[in-house]
Amino acid sequence: MPDSVNTLDIITQFLFYLVVYSIPLLYGTCGEITIEKSGSLNLGVEGTMAIGAIFGYLAGCAADNLFAGVIVAFVTAALTGAVFALFTVTFQANQNVTGLTITTFGVALYYFMGNALGEKWPVFVNSKKLVGSLESINIPGLSKIPVIGKAFFSHNILVYLGILMAVLLWVYFEKTRQGMRVRAIGENPGAADSLGIKVNLNKYLHIMLGSGIMGIGGLYMGFNMSGTFEGSNCWINGYGWIAIALVIFANWNPAKAILGTFVFGFFKTLAVYYGTLAGSFPNALGWLGKIPSHFFAALPFIITLVILIADSVRKNKHSNEPAAIGINYYREDR
Amino acid sequence: MKKLLTRLLGVALAIGMCLGAVSCSNTSDKTENNGSDGSFKVGAIYINSQNDTSGYTFAHHNGITKAMDSLGMSTKDDLFIVDNVPEDDEKVKAAIDTLAGKGCNIIFGISFGYINAFDEAAKEYPDIIFSHATGYLSNDTNFNNYFGRIYQARYLAGIAAGYKSVELGNNNVGYVSAWGTEYAETCSGINAFTLGVQSVNPDATVHVYELQTWGDNEKERQAAQILIDTYDCCVIAQHCDSAQPQLVAAEKGVFGCGYNSDMSVDAPDAHLTAPVWNWNVYYQLAIETAKNTPADFMSKVGNYYGGLSEGFVDISPLSDKVPAAASTAIDTAREYMVNGKWDVFSGVALTFDANGACTSEDKALKTNDGQEIVAAGGASVDDGVITGSMNYFVEGVVQEQ
Repeated sequence: MPDSVNTLDIITQFLFYLVVYSIPLLYGTCGEITIEKSGSLNLGVEGTMAIGAIFGYLAGCAADNLFAGVIVAFVTAALTGAVFALFTVTFQANQNVTGLTITTFGVALYYFMGNALGEKWPVFVNSKKLVGSLESINIPGLSKIPVIGKAFFSHNILVYLGILMAVLLWVYFEKTRQGMRVRAIGENPGAADSLGIKVNLNKYLHIMLGSGIMGIGGLYMGFNMSGTFEGSNCWINGYGWIAIALVIFANWNPAKAILGTFVFGFFKTLAVYYGTLAGSFPNALGWLGKIPSHFFAALPFIITLVILIADSVRKNKHSNEPAAIGINYYREDR
Repeated sequence: MKKLLTRLLGVALAIGMCLGAVSCSNTSDKTENNGSDGSFKVGAIYINSQNDTSGYTFAHHNGITKAMDSLGMSTKDDLFIVDNVPEDDEKVKAAIDTLAGKGCNIIFGISFGYINAFDEAAKEYPDIIFSHATGYLSNDTNFNNYFGRIYQARYLAGIAAGYKSVELGNNNVGYVSAWGTEYAETCSGINAFTLGVQSVNPDATVHVYELQTWGDNEKERQAAQILIDTYDCCVIAQHCDSAQPQLVAAEKGVFGCGYNSDMSVDAPDAHLTAPVWNWNVYYQLAIETAKNTPADFMSKVGNYYGGLSEGFVDISPLSDKVPAAASTAIDTAREYMVNGKWDVFSGVALTFDANGACTSEDKALKTNDGQEIVAAGGASVDDGVITGSMNYFVEGVVQEQ
């Protein structure tokens, strides 16, 4: 441990990377919440994120423009959502099976595109303007706060966009009339239908909106890995599945999803930082170094499991789970 | 209507599943020629995709195709590959059966965990030669293992890193490693690199971050970030598959030594040099021997452990970021090892001055907790790399996680 390093810096670094690596989960989780609020369960998060990631990345590099990448990621992922909606809403197919198919298809499409492009795969750093648009933006005033300033208020634009998106979704679902209508569909589509709410149209729109949000999260993950394609290692790397679990942790509340992703990100970051923390604070955190690393690697998933169990124990009382989730709505069956 | 929809859905699902399956495991579709023409056929089992453009599988695939090209064999007709095969005995066995069914005469397996399946298969198929990279099992007739003295190349890369650290006036060098002392392969690499760095900059410390996994791009990236942010490392070396540590080095304006392939392609502004394998050197020897004199394979090739002198390992060309004196120093050290005059893990230490001139002195090889491994002037313990008994870090190594 070099003496020159200020131990406060390490906490800042820890928190900084915690944010960097958890934001994709926020996109995935909020996307899934949007879909589930309208009464559908989409297990295709992983695949949807992969599709948004690859097309968004290719478009972003081709145009050398972050905005183009984000739009294409959103649109391609939303179209993937439209396929899901076509099968589950219009064709009444089983939502679980369709979602799983989307995951298999999306991840495979990611590998297919990467392998097909081979040497022609765009190099991230060559897209100078794109890279420039992803530089950290200091929020005036707040970024000057010691320790947490640099950790929370000096990030790239997609981090802020993610937080903003989560807050806007919360306002939408909790405070607007249209949001309430969507929630009604998730709770009881028959009742919503009889009130004149267009069930299928709203399902389509929210499945596409949610999927599009996931796609931006996928693109963010691609940027996080400097856009390098490897034939055996998908960018999304299981985050899509964790996002589905986090929906339950967040209790279907986009604002709580911010907290949920940071809690999960905390344990994920701890798994890579525990040695450094133990070395930097030998008295307070030295014990961390004695725990086998595999425990830390498993910790985020153990936490997820505990949350799921805790949730099912306290079920019904406080759960905001939409009552009609996963059940296809067929007007004639009413 | 409902029937039609169900059918449509069925078709869509089937397409999805097919695409998924294609990406998961990919037996090369050269099934038309199934060995009936009697020519010599090579089989290979890869841990990752044969379409990778960098990393471990890429290096092996490149080596096999290069060797076959120079032997005048057709990689299109006579090479059969099963890729994305995990280290699972049953899956490896299935891959071996597939390749045996295609009439392969020699089968290479590139990942350590294939070891038991290869051992079993060598008994089941006595007419096929089994060749397993990084393993330790073999028999007297048709099963060998192969690996090399990559630590020699790491020492050379260490010299380049050492000169860079002197130039930058920063004694902190980082090393992202898949594992630490658990494997002699990773441990010897860290030690050799450190000795290389210290031959130029005796005050340097090598900070090691142990990933505890062979493949996790995100963690490789995070480890490099920690080494640079927290420990102020100015050069990042790596013993892991992806180029992420080099990319992070480039983003943060420091330098790095890659691994397996010349990562100047990935990080032109940061990369100094990378220890590389010339796998084709072994593959050519193995395929040629297996083709011409299969009965003598074990006596002529046997368990293979090549190094700099066989041209089996080396470093990629030094980039223009490497200080000029390094080139002279590296050439000297390489020559010593090629001629067998000197070895990294001996009781003799080389020292290079600012112009690259070399002096050697007797110096004990000690672990970082002060135990003496080799007395001053003593013989090399490079056996410890092969037998796996090297399980310590040398002086100058600090394990951070």
